[in-house]
This record gives sequence, structure tokens and C-alpha cells, in this order.
Amino acid sequence: MNILSLFPAIPLMMMLGLWISRNRTQILTVMVTGASLLLALAVWLVAAYLSQRNAGIADPMLFTDSRVWYAPLDIHYAVGVDGISVVMLLLSAIIVFTGTFASWRMQTAVKEYFMWFCLLSVGVFGYFISIDLFTMFMFYEVALIPMYLLIGVWGSGRKEYAAMKLTLMLMGGSALLLIGILGIYFGSGATTMNILEIAQADCIPVAQQRIWFPLVFVGFGVLGALFPFHTWSPDGHASAPTAVSMLHAGVLMKLGGYGCFRVAIFLMPEAAHELSWIFIILTAISVVYGALSACVQTDLKYINAYSSVSHCGLVLFAILMLNTTATTGAVMQMLSHGLMTALFFALIGMIYGRTHTRDVRQMSGLMRVVPFLAVGYVIAGLANLGLPGLSGFVAEMTIFNGAFMHADTFHRTVTILACTSIVITAVYILRVVGRILYGTCDNPEHLKLTDASWDERVAVIGLIVAVAGMGLAPMWISDTIRESVSGIMAHIMN
Amino acid sequence: MEYTILILALPLLSFLLLGLAGTRLRPAAAGAVGTAVVAVVAAVSYMTAYAYFFTVGRGADGLYPTLTPWNTTWLPINDTLAIDMGIMLDPISVMMLVVISTVSLMVHVYSFGYMKGERGFQRYYAFLSLFTASMMGLVVATNIFQMYIFWELVGVSSYLLIGFYYTKKEAVAASKKAFIVTRFADLGFLIGILFYGYYAGTFSFTPQAEALAAAGMIIPLSLGLMFVGGAGKSAMFPLHIWLPDAMEGPTPVSALIHAATMVVAGVYLVARMFPLFIVYAPDVLHATAIVGAFTSFYAAVVACVQSDIKRVLAFSTISQIGFMIVALGVCTSADPHAGGLGYMASMFHLFTHAMFKALLFLGAGSIIHAVHSNEMSAMGGLRKYMPVTHATFLVACLAIAGIWPLSGFFSKDEILTACFAYSPAMGWVMTAIAGMTAFYMFRLYYGIFWGRENRALHAEHTPHESPLAMTLPLVVLAAITLGAGFIPFGHFVSSDGAAYDIHIDTTVAATSLCVAVAAIALATWMYARERQTAAESLARRFATLHTAAYHRFYIDEVYQFITHRVIFRCISTPIAWFDRNVVDGFMNLLARGANGASYAIRGMQSGSIQRYCIWFLGGALVLTIILLIIR
Repeated sequence: MNILSLFPAIPLMMMLGLWISRNRTQILTVMVTGASLLLALAVWLVAAYLSQRNAGIADPMLFTDSRVWYAPLDIHYAVGVDGISVVMLLLSAIIVFTGTFASWRMQTAVKEYFMWFCLLSVGVFGYFISIDLFTMFMFYEVALIPMYLLIGVWGSGRKEYAAMKLTLMLMGGSALLLIGILGIYFGSGATTMNILEIAQADCIPVAQQRIWFPLVFVGFGVLGALFPFHTWSPDGHASAPTAVSMLHAGVLMKLGGYGCFRVAIFLMPEAAHELSWIFIILTAISVVYGALSACVQTDLKYINAYSSVSHCGLVLFAILMLNTTATTGAVMQMLSHGLMTALFFALIGMIYGRTHTRDVRQMSGLMRVVPFLAVGYVIAGLANLGLPGLSGFVAEMTIFNGAFMHADTFHRTVTILACTSIVITAVYILRVVGRILYGTCDNPEHLKLTDASWDERVAVIGLIVAVAGMGLAPMWISDTIRESVSGIMAHIMN
Repeated sequence: MEYTILILALPLLSFLLLGLAGTRLRPAAAGAVGTAVVAVVAAVSYMTAYAYFFTVGRGADGLYPTLTPWNTTWLPINDTLAIDMGIMLDPISVMMLVVISTVSLMVHVYSFGYMKGERGFQRYYAFLSLFTASMMGLVVATNIFQMYIFWELVGVSSYLLIGFYYTKKEAVAASKKAFIVTRFADLGFLIGILFYGYYAGTFSFTPQAEALAAAGMIIPLSLGLMFVGGAGKSAMFPLHIWLPDAMEGPTPVSALIHAATMVVAGVYLVARMFPLFIVYAPDVLHATAIVGAFTSFYAAVVACVQSDIKRVLAFSTISQIGFMIVALGVCTSADPHAGGLGYMASMFHLFTHAMFKALLFLGAGSIIHAVHSNEMSAMGGLRKYMPVTHATFLVACLAIAGIWPLSGFFSKDEILTACFAYSPAMGWVMTAIAGMTAFYMFRLYYGIFWGRENRALHAEHTPHESPLAMTLPLVVLAAITLGAGFIPFGHFVSSDGAAYDIHIDTTVAATSLCVAVAAIALATWMYARERQTAAESLARRFATLHTAAYHRFYIDEVYQFITHRVIFRCISTPIAWFDRNVVDGFMNLLARGANGASYAIRGMQSGSIQRYCIWFLGGALVLTIILLIIR
């Protein structure tokens, strides 16, 4: 069996393990074992991938495997990884691992919760290893459906509404996507669903690309919070339980950006060139509009959801710049945003679990009461506003530099516009930090709160280490991604 | 000189150690670690300076070499562009190492006394270490991007330290304001760097001349944008508003960050880019002189009427930084003998100002420590209670007023000479501002140490001299202030790198001395006595002006209006509303439409065969007609 197949296989086995577990201890044992295995596997994969690259293997994808799955439509179970997917797998493994710890105190229907959680992981991991259009799409759907139940059952607030809205909007995107994928398949001559082979053949007529590119880009873009299809995000995140928010903002939203690049731009470069300006405008709006909206929100999760709209908008913005630097930056931003937003949602969940409110107006002076969580929150905030030494900075700087390589007025203007987000981000982050953490604690109930427990500390410290690690030593991540991106770019530019 | 890495690594390690250990470490131990580390850093910095200026010395071309003992690629951007991290030693960076480590060491020692018993003592020293590391990284940067990186880091250390008393509302607001205002300025800096990187093809300070020449007007634009960033950090008008509020931080922090080191980063940036400014953007450079002169004047006016001693010092800092910017801005060539004197003057003033301004702030801290208030009304007549503080404060006041033979005289004289060489108007304006400086500093001095004693307050709590940990740094800094003027500064730093002999221009020196003495005499007449009738009647006479100046000419209110009314109320709120109601409303409308449509047509699924037959036949008929028409 191909080593990559372990990624979806482990969560599947975890589901099996959960099914036969009898009590809470067994459930948690299964989860921790599985999540640790996944994390170890992801780390091993990064090492193995790098050593193979260092050994001089220049194939676009490594660890490839392909098996016929449904011959009439040329659907294969085809897997393989390049620098981009390796990084995304690592991100997913980190989030699943820390998400497990963030769900430690889950009370209701624990077994079912974790089973859906694992199914979601199956979808996510399967998606990132797939190089077959249809298999990829299938895993994409597998990742989306559990979200409906996780929010609808275990969520809070207007959870049914949020779950329904999120699912319907994402399904709407999927519908466009399915049409787009079929369009690509038939447009390229209906001989293969393999992304690499389609790209190699390079035979989708430009007239068709013009139709399928927007469909695929919007289809994936819905999940990447593309303006104006982002409104599921604030409601969805606000209602989702902690670990689900983490996974959703941390990993699921990245499926969108990843797909936009891997499918829409890679397979239809001519249309991407022609039509990129439309989407550049939309994503630039996302970046600034999301940040400005975040400034006046009062619910911690809404603030973060809008912040995610802004940061994920930057991912799509960078991808559309169609050059190696910006795209490398986009992948780094996906990684960075995944880590820091997961950290944010984890902390918000922990704070909410104690104060039972997420309204910034009802909290103050938490620094004295729960110093560990508060310091974690400040670090997450600093990462979010792009402080050097933490992950956000390196990603954003790579993107801005990449975007600046277009010297025409249009690109310059939108790039400078996007740059303003670094100021607006500082405004809403410091507003929240100043409001809820600093000052004196007015609420006598809040004075009795206890600081983070050990399982929460594992989640928070794990994520902070990842965020700081990436921010301090960005070189190897950047190089890993760049190598693969430059190969793809070279192909696109031809 | 590989050992210079210690200058960055040690404070960083100390930050990590103190930050992670937190309250598990005893306060005294944390302070000792922090101070010991800075002492080592200071020793290494002095060693570096000695080695650089004397052991390595001037090269065959008569210039000090630019050494890069460390340089490594940190983040590649594309095949040619990369962000490097390293250490670069040249005359100004070595000079800055000495300044920063000296002031930082003094502040570390001083804080032992000043912050004694404060909650968060460990955190305080951790942040000081972070600041020291970042500031060192900024000055030794090998390229503009590294400078930007550490620029942001000093910004965040400043944010953390201003908000050190985080339970105090004003401190939190001030820290937020400082960060956001400088961030806004840094946006300009960043865009400037992006332009620079794209057109120069490198982030290094010494790009290919052809690349710059080909870029045309972009390079002046980019340098101008970089100056915006510098103006933010260095509190140039109208981006100065954060600095007075930053005084909410602990006073030693104000001495270190908001007087001596971080706020001069903008000056350092212009000095660093000076070779490019002078060749490619002399007009931008001269424009900065205007900004600097106006800021200097504005701050001097405001400083004359403030009652909070830290605010007076803050505005005095803004004004003095204005002097440094003006000095750089009036340069017309890179030759110190022909229009390039300002560069050396600016760096010299940066050096002397760092020492005497740190001394003033630490002295102010000692006074605040004694009377537990920042307001001048709580002071008066303190000279008999605090002899050491009084003597050292007087030295610093004389220095900033520009009285011979204190250090400020020499550096200010060079600046004025450079200004007169540029244009007599600029020379006279700056001389007048120098006179105002002497006036408001002595107003402050008399208000604190002479004048009417606040006996009611002092009866409850007799002011006392500060402990040795606090007076020792004062004495050291006063000694430096006394002697620094005689350093042959031009031999180490000058615009073209060649040794330059500082000679006093007697006309300029005599004029400025006369103005300073007259201003001090005026201040003595107005403020030294028990009753200050002259000052009060003046304030009554020009009540509007006095109130306006006291409120800093309402610049803060303008910002308040822009941020709260315009950005929050008129942009953010409507956008958030638009998002919820229009964008999301449209999505909800779609859902409702789908719902409504299904309600509307569900009547068709009635289960009655007759009804189905009618629909079937009707449908068939319609289709037939359509087909016929199409034919």
C-alpha cells in the first residue's frame, strides 16, 4: 500500500476504534493515539519528501500511486504529493492533533462527535493527497458533510441556521465545481481525470476554459471565503464547537485556496490570465472589507471569522498574481493562517467555556485572572497582525513582494490596497486585546475563573510553537513550497 | 568580529528565559539576569567599537570599512531577491551600539530602584531584554528589510512596555495608540521598501547605480515613503501624537525607548539611506528638513505650557528629534566641507541627546518617585531634598539648552552651522527654537527645584533622595554629558567617511549662546521666584493661545474624530451592516425564494390522477406547439 494512503486510512481506523470503544478513556485513547500517529506520519513525510528532493528526484509529484476505480470515466484513485501538499498535510495533522486536545472536555455524545471529527479528517487528508479530479472532489465532499452535523448537533447559538447556511452555500459551490470538473474532463478530451496528465496534455480549448475557470474558481472560492460568497463563515464559525472551528478555519478553508490553485489555475492558465483581474478585485475587496468588518464586531468569533475572510482573501489574491513568489506566499499564508486561526479559535473556545460569553463588552481584565490564556491570546493576536518572528509576517511579506512584481498600475493599486490590511488588522486585534484582557476585571464571576488545564495547554503551546517556528525559520518551508510552485509556474507560463 | 552576534543573541535569550520562567523566578533574580546580560552586551559593544575604530581602523582609502561579520539568507523572495539577516558594522551602527547599550544598561540598573516591588517585575525585565535585542538588530541591519523587521519588533516592545501597567486604562489606550499610529506610518515604510526592492533589485543599502537610475522618479517616491515610516517612529508632525501619550509607561522605559533610542530610529533610517537620498532624492531630503523644523517649532511651543513634567520632556524630545532631522535635511552634498556637515551634526546630536535626554527622564523618574506625581504643582523647591537629582538634572538642562562646555552645545552648534550654511532663514529659525528649548527647559527646572514648595503635600510625605541604584545612573550619564562634547566625533562619523575636524563657528556659537543665556535669564525671571506673576499674566493675556498650546493644538482631537467618527462610524459600521443585510441578505433571499417556490408548486403533487392527467396533457400540448413553432 502506498504510504500516502495511510493518511485517510488512519482516521478511518480511528472511527473503527471509536465505534468499539466503551468509555470516555478508551475514546480519548483512540483519538490521541490516532492523532499522534497522523502527526508523526506527517512529520516523517516532510522529512522523507525533503530527503528525496535532496537526492535529486525532480518529478512533479512524489510517492505517486494510481489505481483504477471507475474505468468508464477514467476515475482513478491517484495520489501523490508535492511541496504544497506536504505542507498542507502537516498543517492538517497539527490541527487534528491540537483539535483533539481542544475537544478534551466535550460532554455530549462524545463518541459520535469524534467519529464525525475523524470522518472530516478522512476527507481533508484524502483531498490533499489526491491528484485525480474526481477523487479529489469526492474527498472534498466527505470533508464538508460532517460539518453540517458537527455544527448542527454540537454547536451553540443559532446552530441549525448556521449549519444549514454553511452546508447549502458550500454545496452550491460544489455544484459549480462538479460542472467545472466535468467540463475540464470532457474539454480535455475525456481521456483522463488525472490532474498531472491533463496539465501535461494542455489541451483544453481557451474558449472552454473561459467557461470552466470561473465555475471552478468560484466553486472552490466559496470555501476560501471569496467575496461575496463568504457569509457562511461568520455564522458557521460562531456556532461551531471549538475544535470544529479550529478545523474549519484552520484546514477546511484551505481546501478552497488549494483547489483554486491546483485545479483552476494549474489546468486553465490561459483563462486564469485573462480573467484574473475580476477575481483580483473581488479578493482585494475581501481583504480590506473583511478587516474593516472585523473592526466593529462584538462577538469574539465573529471578529475572527471576518479576520479569516480577510486573511483567506489574501491567499486567493496572491494565487491570482500568477507568479512563483506570490503563490509561494499564498501557500505560506494558508499554513500560517491555519495555525494562528486555530490557535485563536482554541483560545476563544477556552475563554467561552469559562466566561460563557463571547461578547467583548462583557469581559475585561482577563490577563490577571487567566494569564496563560491571555498571553496565548496576545501571541495569537500579534501573529495575526503580522509581527515579525511569528508566522503571519513571513507569509504576508512574501505575498506583497510577489504582488509587487507586477509593475502595472492596476496591480500596484490593488496591492497597496491589500497592504493597508496590516494597519486595519492591528486596529481590531489591539481593540479586542485591550478590551478583554487589559484593564481591571469588573465581573465578580470572572474573578473565580481558573487558568488553562493541561490538555488546553498542550493545544495552545503546540500551536504557538508551530507559529513561532515558522516565523523564525521560514527558509525551509519557503524553499519546499517554492520548488514545487516554480515547477508549476514554469508549466503555466509556457 | 564574529563575537558581535552576542549583542543580538544574549538579550534575545534573556527575553526567552525571563519570559518563559515568568513568576517562577524571584524578582531580584530576574532583574539580575536582565542587567547582567545587558552589562555583557555593553561590554561587547564597547569592545566592538574599540576594535572597529582603533584595531581595524581606517582602510587604505582613508575610510572606515563596512564589515559584515554575519549575513545569512532568512527568507528568499525570488531568484535574485532575498531577505537577509546579519550584522553590519559601519561608523553609525557602531556608534548606535554604544549609545543603546549604555543607555540600556543605565536603565536596567536604575529600574532596580524605580520598579522595586512592582507587580510584573520579571515581565518588565523580559520586555526590556526584548527591546534591547530588537533595537540592536535594527541598527546593525545589513539591509532595509531586516531593518523593517526589527523596526516592527521595537514597535511591539514599545507597545508592551507602554502598556506595562495594563490595568490602567490610560496606559492601555496609549499603548494601542502608539502601536497603531506607528503601524500606519510603517505602511508607508513597507510600500517604500517594496518599491525599492522591485526597482533596485535588492534590499541592501548599496544597490546597483544603474538600476536606480533606470527607475527614475520611483526612487525618490520610495525614499519618501520610507521617511513616512521614519516620521512615525520619530514622532514627526503630524504623526507625533503617540509619543506624549506613551509617557504612561514606566519612566525608565520612557528614558530608554521614548527618548534615547527607539524614537531616533527614524533619524537613523534617514542617515542610513543618506547616500541614496543625497544622490537620488535631494528634494525629498530638503522636504524632510521642513517637516523637522516645523515639528521642532510646534513641539517647542507646546512644551512651554505643559504642566506634566514627563509631557514637557516628551515634547522636548520631539523638538530635539526635529533638530536631527533638520540637520540631515539641510545637507546638499556628501562632503562635510561643502554642505554635508549636517550628517555628522545630526549623528552627533543623536549621541549627545540620547545621553542627556535619558538623564532628564531618569531624573524626572527620580522626582516622580519622590513626590508620587507627574504634575509640576506637586513639586517646587525640591533642590534641598534631592541634591544629586538636582545637580544632574541641572547639568542635563544646561546641556539641552546648549551652554558651553556641555555636550549639547557642541552638537547643537554643528547643527546650527549646517542650517546657516543651507539658508540663513533655516539657521535663524533653528536658533530661535534653540532659544525656546532653553526657555522651557529652565521653566521646567525652576518649576521642579525652585519656586513655591507644595508644603501641604510635602507635609504628609517628605520628598527624599532616591536610592543608589537610581542616583548612580544619573551621575554616570551626567559625567558623559559633561565630557561628550570633547569627543572628536567627526573623526568617527562623517558624511563621506573621511575624518572631519569639528571647529566651532564663532559667530554661530556666540549667537546661539547669547540666545540661550537670554532665554534662561527670562525663564529665571519668570519662574525662579515664589510667585510667577509674569507667567500668569501672560497666560491670561493670551488665554486662547495658551489653552490651545496646552491642548497641543487639538491635533489629538482631529485624530480622534477621524478614527472614531469617520473610520469606525462611517466606514466600518456601514460595511458590517452591508455584509449582514445586503450580501448575506441576498443569500437568505435565495434560500427563502427556493423555499417559497417549493411551497408554491407543492400543490401539484396532490395524488389525484385526474389532476396529473390534465398536467400531462397540457404539457404535451405546449411542447407540441413549441416544436411546431420552431419548425
